[in-house]
Amino acid sequence: MEALREVWVTGLGLVSSLGEGHQAHWDALTRTPSSPVRIDATRFAPYSVHPLADVDIDRLISSKTERKQMGIWQRLGVHAAGLALQDAGVAGDEQVLDRMDLVVAAGNGERDLAFDAKVLAQLTSGDCQSDPDVAARVLNGALTTGLRPTLYLGELSNLLAGNIQIVHKVTGSSRTLKGEEISGLSAIEDAVRRVASGQADIVLVGGALNSERNDLLLNYELAGGLWSHPFVPVWQRDAQGGGFVLGTAAAFIVIEARDHAEQRGAKGYARIAQVVTDRCARRVPGEISASLAKLATRLADDLADGALAVLSGASGAAPATAEELSFLRDHIGAGRAPVAVRAYGSCLGHSVEAHAPMGLALAALALSHDGFYPPFKEPPDAVSAGNTSRDTRPVRILLTSVGHWRGEGLALVEKIGGGVRTA
Amino acid sequence: MTQNFKDSKGRPIVAVTGMGLVTSLGWGKSASWDELVQGRSGIRMISRFPTEGLRTMFGGAVAHPGQQPDSCPELTFEMARFAAGEALGEAGLAEAKDFPGPLFVATPPAELEWPQRKLLNEHPGGEGLQGYDRLLAAARSGAFKSMFETFQFASVAEHLARALRPRGLPVSVSTACASGATAIQLGVEAIRRGETTTALAIGTDSSLQLEALIRFSLLSALSTRNDRPEAASRPFTKSRDGFVMAEGAAALVLESLESAKARGATCLGYVRGCGEMADDYHRTRSKPDGSAIIGAIRNAILDAGVAPEEIDYVNAHGTSTPENDKMEYLSLKATLGDHLASTPVSSNKSMIGHTLSAAGAIEAVLSFLMIANGVLLPTINYADPDPDIPLDVVPNTARRQNIRTVLSNSFGFGGQNAALVLSAAD
Repeated sequence: MEALREVWVTGLGLVSSLGEGHQAHWDALTRTPSSPVRIDATRFAPYSVHPLADVDIDRLISSKTERKQMGIWQRLGVHAAGLALQDAGVAGDEQVLDRMDLVVAAGNGERDLAFDAKVLAQLTSGDCQSDPDVAARVLNGALTTGLRPTLYLGELSNLLAGNIQIVHKVTGSSRTLKGEEISGLSAIEDAVRRVASGQADIVLVGGALNSERNDLLLNYELAGGLWSHPFVPVWQRDAQGGGFVLGTAAAFIVIEARDHAEQRGAKGYARIAQVVTDRCARRVPGEISASLAKLATRLADDLADGALAVLSGASGAAPATAEELSFLRDHIGAGRAPVAVRAYGSCLGHSVEAHAPMGLALAALALSHDGFYPPFKEPPDAVSAGNTSRDTRPVRILLTSVGHWRGEGLALVEKIGGGVRTA
Repeated sequence: MTQNFKDSKGRPIVAVTGMGLVTSLGWGKSASWDELVQGRSGIRMISRFPTEGLRTMFGGAVAHPGQQPDSCPELTFEMARFAAGEALGEAGLAEAKDFPGPLFVATPPAELEWPQRKLLNEHPGGEGLQGYDRLLAAARSGAFKSMFETFQFASVAEHLARALRPRGLPVSVSTACASGATAIQLGVEAIRRGETTTALAIGTDSSLQLEALIRFSLLSALSTRNDRPEAASRPFTKSRDGFVMAEGAAALVLESLESAKARGATCLGYVRGCGEMADDYHRTRSKPDGSAIIGAIRNAILDAGVAPEEIDYVNAHGTSTPENDKMEYLSLKATLGDHLASTPVSSNKSMIGHTLSAAGAIEAVLSFLMIANGVLLPTINYADPDPDIPLDVVPNTARRQNIRTVLSNSFGFGGQNAALVLSAAD
């Protein structure tokens, strides 16, 4: 096999509760001592969400007709994708976009909640309760006349990618990976492997989540996944049973071969050294920690020396987050200088499919700034308590992604020696 | 003589060493094949749920031989597990405790269906509340954990991983109606990059539930020929009026030729090339000039390193929608040129309907079966040829013909286009 190519991050497009763009995120996340958490604890009580900041997510979608065909999650994603393309300096560059591949990690879109509520109310009426034939007729009639034809297109998983193709003209190829958190890292892994092996030169990767919707909350609350107590950082939720707070976010990254970037004069934020993923059965306690430790051995040589920091995608779910913490303490933290660990979910909330792309973007951003993030919430992140300051200057950042119910993975992101981008 | 295990581009040749199939005509390859060669249709009136008042009342439903599952994701999983079992058996891997490679699975969207919403709505936990507040209160009771594990996007892949124990993280992919082909492509790429010597690619889809049927109906995508469901899927005819929703699954064990030979496995054929190209024109229609479809087909042929003239047969996407069949013809004309006139092009969707996320994988399996049996499956219901689509569609009855190299097309909503070039083993 030919030697693998170096894989760079050359564009970032971020939207979240903290604002729009990588500068806004860097500023908000490095501001101390007050934490930048923006949270809405009333609208969906007893649940909290991190709502979208005041951002015009339609700014890059000039056609009103196009906008009307999209769900909010798609508009968020299309906006973040556009920001990433602009940031990488390829927006509107047909020569590049025609060859650019697209990998999206996606769930699906929002339902028409008022309509669902209306139908459910009809179905609980007396006649429907007593006669299943009546209930069937009512349901068939309601759906046939009440569902918006465009709703399906606003919902379909692969239509976030489809809309990015239509609005931004990214048309090399398009793949949508599904499966909650780990699909985000899986999408990055697919892009990195294709670029490293020479199958692709430049790939747009990312995901989007609109947290401000009851149907999404319902989906995760079926398994009791949501945090319904007053807000605390993700590491501190285990004693009360764990849980995650969803956060609206979209993150897209341009992943590019170093030679391709240099040829077109683009600078890199960071280099993606490795991405590894796995899935353990999660039948017995400790399995998640063990699976992460096994994954870490695949990165072992790279982890051995030099300043390392950890950007954790921990969600707060039990037992995933507690097991991740013991992996970080026992495996990464043991026998080396103190390691700074930051769980960005404490600030931004948990953005499921978009969470790993967001983490990768924040890691690349920190490396390009030659700095790291201070503890995200007082009291500080458990692992880092008392042992690091904001002066941490890692040369590599370990990104973790542990799904709240399945899948775990790691990515190692490194500082680029020469040609460093000043963000 | 030592066999060459690399293709013309120096990449490992990817063989298929096991296949499994479920269609509306039967569970298993031979059960389906025996019906398909007779030109029989698996399309029937839907009995799974009441269809009164719906514009389309039929489909290619898969009936479970045992207890019919309560939801689409459960049937999606059952079909996939069956197809995988058949494929692993054929590949000689049935005894292995773990599947020795990664799993790539194409699955439909996952979402609570109305029966689940009703169950939640009727739970006492939500008493006094309305709408989603009521459903959320019911969820908080903790009584619905198994529902969660059934309706996540990763559910089918996760349950398959528990049953088959593949290596690493299973990948769930959606490229809409091209998903099955993309799952195969992901497996081929992993083998070519040397990440693995074997991979399991599955396409599986059960979407025949009330709301999904109505949604496709509202997009005017479905045939409404309620009086004769078995005649509703009629690709390339003048009277075609939409596709027929159907269910099914297929699994393929992909393996580097070197690995297959080393363990003495039988090679059922090769996946020679994969091509894709995304469209930027419209959510449900392709660019009028067909350039993205043409690009995907061309990329597959280029990737395979074959000449267009080497394509002996095209397994068409052939959905029976006015739009698809016209665009597919134009694209084949552009890519195969004069060779198209002498190339049979048939659509098995005429018999088993459009199996959506599974279609690309099912059509790959059927293509290999056609190569192995020296029989081309027909396009049934070809009673009124569309004069604008002059193709040899293998009309109505199967044909004895030996073929070596097949082009299989898959196109999906959202500008998804994928094509595969499949061939006989040496």
